[in-house]
Amino acid sequence: MSERKPGAESTPPGDSQLPLFEVFVQEKSGAAHQHVGSVHAADAEQALQNARDVYARRGALLSLWVVASDAIVATTPEDSPCFFDPAPHKIYRHPQFYHTPQGVKNL
Amino acid sequence: MDAVESPERRAAFEARIAAGEVIEPKDWMPEGYRRQLLRMMSQHAHSEVVGMLPEGNWITRAPTLRRKIGLLAKVQDEAGHGLYLYCAAESLGVSRDEMLDALHDGAARYASIFNYPTLSWADIGAIGWLVDGAAVVNQTLLAKCSFGPYARAMLRICREENFHRRQGYEIVATLARGTAAQRAMVQDAVNRWWWPTLMMFGPPDAESANSEALMRWRVKRQSNDAQRQWFINLTVPQANAIGIELPDPELEFDAESGNWKSGAVDWDEFRRVLRGDGPCNHERMAARRRAHEEGRWVRQAAQAFEARRRTRAPREISTTPRREPAHV
Ligand SMILES: [Fe+2]
Ligand SMILES: [Fe+2]
Repeated sequence: MSERKPGAESTPPGDSQLPLFEVFVQEKSGAAHQHVGSVHAADAEQALQNARDVYARRGALLSLWVVASDAIVATTPEDSPCFFDPAPHKIYRHPQFYHTPQGVKNL
Repeated sequence: MDAVESPERRAAFEARIAAGEVIEPKDWMPEGYRRQLLRMMSQHAHSEVVGMLPEGNWITRAPTLRRKIGLLAKVQDEAGHGLYLYCAAESLGVSRDEMLDALHDGAARYASIFNYPTLSWADIGAIGWLVDGAAVVNQTLLAKCSFGPYARAMLRICREENFHRRQGYEIVATLARGTAAQRAMVQDAVNRWWWPTLMMFGPPDAESANSEALMRWRVKRQSNDAQRQWFINLTVPQANAIGIELPDPELEFDAESGNWKSGAVDWDEFRRVLRGDGPCNHERMAARRRAHEEGRWVRQAAQAFEARRRTRAPREISTTPRREPAHV
């Protein structure tokens, strides 16, 4: 095998680390699936197997999801302030805005 | 992401860091912060992967089945650590292909500790106890670093490292109460691994080029020297407990500071190994390149299989993994 010079191309065409998938696991019954990391795989089935091998090595998991990373649509930090307007002036969205006669309970 | 680096943006970023906020990949960050993190995470990933080689060397020669399954599981963990860290680095927009190219082309670095040979079985104990022990100190701090993907990867890794450290210590402790030959073998291993382990924390603070910015950005939570001292303080009692001597005649407890004061580290050796003149630099890189090239057909076959399945008629793609056997 020949020595390579720094900067030389070492990944030939047709070889790659394969597409990226995001991994979500459910640890307890009733819990939401949580993002734990990513894996590379040729397809979703292989991604599931790789995710199992890496993220389910210890302890029981109930369920595993993989999602192609480029299928995830996300907000950008720049958009966040207006996108997630907390609307503090819309107090009518909260129960305290509404009055109940004195003495009425469980409401 | 807007790349413009105005003083206001920089100040806002520094204020977020000072307030203890965690930076996520899509957040604006100074180019220097991004560059340092990419350098650290990719180097760290390479170290996990190259670090499998000295230990992998002993899997087939482990003295008992108990030792073999432990070592095998540890080396598998290290592959997973490499994966976590490459993925954390990829969140900054550099692909794993690019990072691996940089490693195989010799442009990227990995921890210089892995350029030392594993000469006897006792070295596997010394590595688990000392090298993984040092890694635990460093990684516990990195789990609190300001970059979210790096901190989260570190948290996962820390949970696994304790097993590595304990399996190493068990090997060392067992040999230390063994025959005279076993005791000599384990003492020799500790003698060879002690100083390179102390070098893992990096050059002394006075010579550490990146430290100041990394501390301010809360990427690094403690200086190299402080981490080194912490590790020494943890390790000396562990060595004493099993009658292992640390190869430092100047090692002395300083009651005033509560620290074990060590002798001088040979930083010339550190720089020499980092430059590529360590005992195994060439061998490690050759083994890594060979492994990459020998795995190529697997990656290509997986892609070919996926491509062929994609062109099949839709009815053949089923959500159930296997089809029922046909009834006759
Ligand atoms: Fe590791
Ligand atoms: Fe480890």
